[in-house]
Amino acid sequence: MATSDLQAMAVPQARLSRRWLGISQQQLGQYAFCYIALLPILAVYAFIRIIPILQSFWFSLHEMKLFGQSMEFIGVQNFVQLAGDDLFRAALKNTTLYAVGTVAGSVVLGLALAVILASGIRGSSVFELLYFIPVITPWVPVSIAWKWIYDPTIGLLNYLLSFVGIPPHGWLLYPDTALWAIIVMSIWKGIGYNMVIFLVGIRAIPVDYYESANIDGASQWNSFRHITLPLLKPITLYVLVISTINAFNVFTPVYVMTTGSQGAPGSSVRVLVYDMYENAFRYFRMGYASGEALILFLIILFLTLIQFRVIRTEE
Amino acid sequence: MEETRVLDLGPVGKTLAYILLIALSVSMVLPFLWMISTSLKPPPEVIAWPPNLIPRAPTWENYIGLFKAAAFDRFFLNSIIVSLLSTISIVFTSALAGFVFSKFRFPFRDLLFLLVLMTAMVPLEVYILPLYVQMVKLKWLNSYQGLVAPYLIMSFGIFFMRQNIGHSIPDELIDAARIDGASDWRIFRTMILPLSTAAMSALAIFAFMQAWAAFIWPLLVVKQQGMYTMELGLGLFQNRFTIEFGLISAGSVVSFLPVLVVFLLFRRNIVRGITLTGLKGT
Repeated sequence: MATSDLQAMAVPQARLSRRWLGISQQQLGQYAFCYIALLPILAVYAFIRIIPILQSFWFSLHEMKLFGQSMEFIGVQNFVQLAGDDLFRAALKNTTLYAVGTVAGSVVLGLALAVILASGIRGSSVFELLYFIPVITPWVPVSIAWKWIYDPTIGLLNYLLSFVGIPPHGWLLYPDTALWAIIVMSIWKGIGYNMVIFLVGIRAIPVDYYESANIDGASQWNSFRHITLPLLKPITLYVLVISTINAFNVFTPVYVMTTGSQGAPGSSVRVLVYDMYENAFRYFRMGYASGEALILFLIILFLTLIQFRVIRTEE
Repeated sequence: MEETRVLDLGPVGKTLAYILLIALSVSMVLPFLWMISTSLKPPPEVIAWPPNLIPRAPTWENYIGLFKAAAFDRFFLNSIIVSLLSTISIVFTSALAGFVFSKFRFPFRDLLFLLVLMTAMVPLEVYILPLYVQMVKLKWLNSYQGLVAPYLIMSFGIFFMRQNIGHSIPDELIDAARIDGASDWRIFRTMILPLSTAAMSALAIFAFMQAWAAFIWPLLVVKQQGMYTMELGLGLFQNRFTIEFGLISAGSVVSFLPVLVVFLLFRRNIVRGITLTGLKGT
């Protein structure tokens, strides 16, 4: 230890002799390494992230023909039109409903499961593993599996419901159930993720807290409300924001489950990204679709800022 | 004495908890078992009513049919190529940038790092249209470079490697190597990379699964069947073959089985990676 400290002090001094603008040559060499290493990475960033993000703002202020072959600046015209667009409004409403339903369901159930699994359940790691399988499975096979679960003629759900006397129903075909069917599937897929995050938080709570609460005669509900919940607040917030952001970007399950041979999904399951996709690639209205992308961005920005704000007040 | 716990369920509560947990476990795996079972059934049995979970006459014909009905072997290969390219690029760039951001001081370091983090908050769907226009201009539609482009870097990967290298590799070790005359690049290659294999493999699994699961991007940039990925092929063919449940089930099994196997082999790494970085599986 002592020798290496001595060496560390002694050797760079020899190199410090030659300086440029008060910066040692060794330091300059390190700067060069840093910039040369980062340059290609930042170039890729510019190419696939930063420029497209800035362009989406720019596009949203234009009327575009096809894919940018002609662009005409029209100010906020796209947003004015969007405000009166029934399909867009339906999409915004559905996406919000989907986000609220999915997030509420998967966060509440994820928390409940985490609490149960942290209560001395044997084999809890096996349950954790099983609940995590839907999380890691890609959306396409998940959506295909659930499409058949909901199938009106050979679906598993109708089969199971037939035992309790409920008549078969085309869950994905009818506007009143289609969105809810997708929400239930998304809750199912998201529970495991939320549960794992909550478990990390719960296992970090010192056990003495519960013991002293117990000695003081607090009921279990009170311990949960006054110990577990407040201590999990930052994690809960994090899970809420991340899940809500993810929910607002929903596309794949809606596309796979509802774009049948008859084409586009009905207005009951139209979501924001789907509407954007259709405007851009069916009607070739890139500028208009970019306006929708910008609204999606603003929603996500708003959610992120809430998270930062609450974290700051916590500190 | 038993370990103390968040909730004291009591014997009745515990029994109920087990019933609930087991019922939920069944619901979590049943859709997958159902799919595997359907993929092994001959066509008449697929639509048999009432349905049976265990195939009466299991057959591989649906799997063989995958290659006859559509070039699913090609889709699988495309998915492997794109996911591997993305994984290599993400792991390498994240390790290098993570090293630079954690072990060096240089002008604009914090600004550049902030830039990297800020882009992480913007999901692909927000800038997917301008990115698509770029691909059109570059004539990268229907190509591997087009498919892999958005998946070449990962902000959370850089963040993750920066934390990891910053915490796990002591500065003294790097200083000692410098004194021995090693260049920074050499230090990266011979010291940082070998010492961060655990973090890098967690990231690799993650990057692979992310690229494998991609759907909306391939849907936009690929129009030729020869360039379909597994997810895209499945997502589109499930509409065209609505009656061929067996075939689509077989395709789905082929698409999720690799992910499932990787998950079961590396589950600790995956769960830890997800909880540390806040990344979501798909």
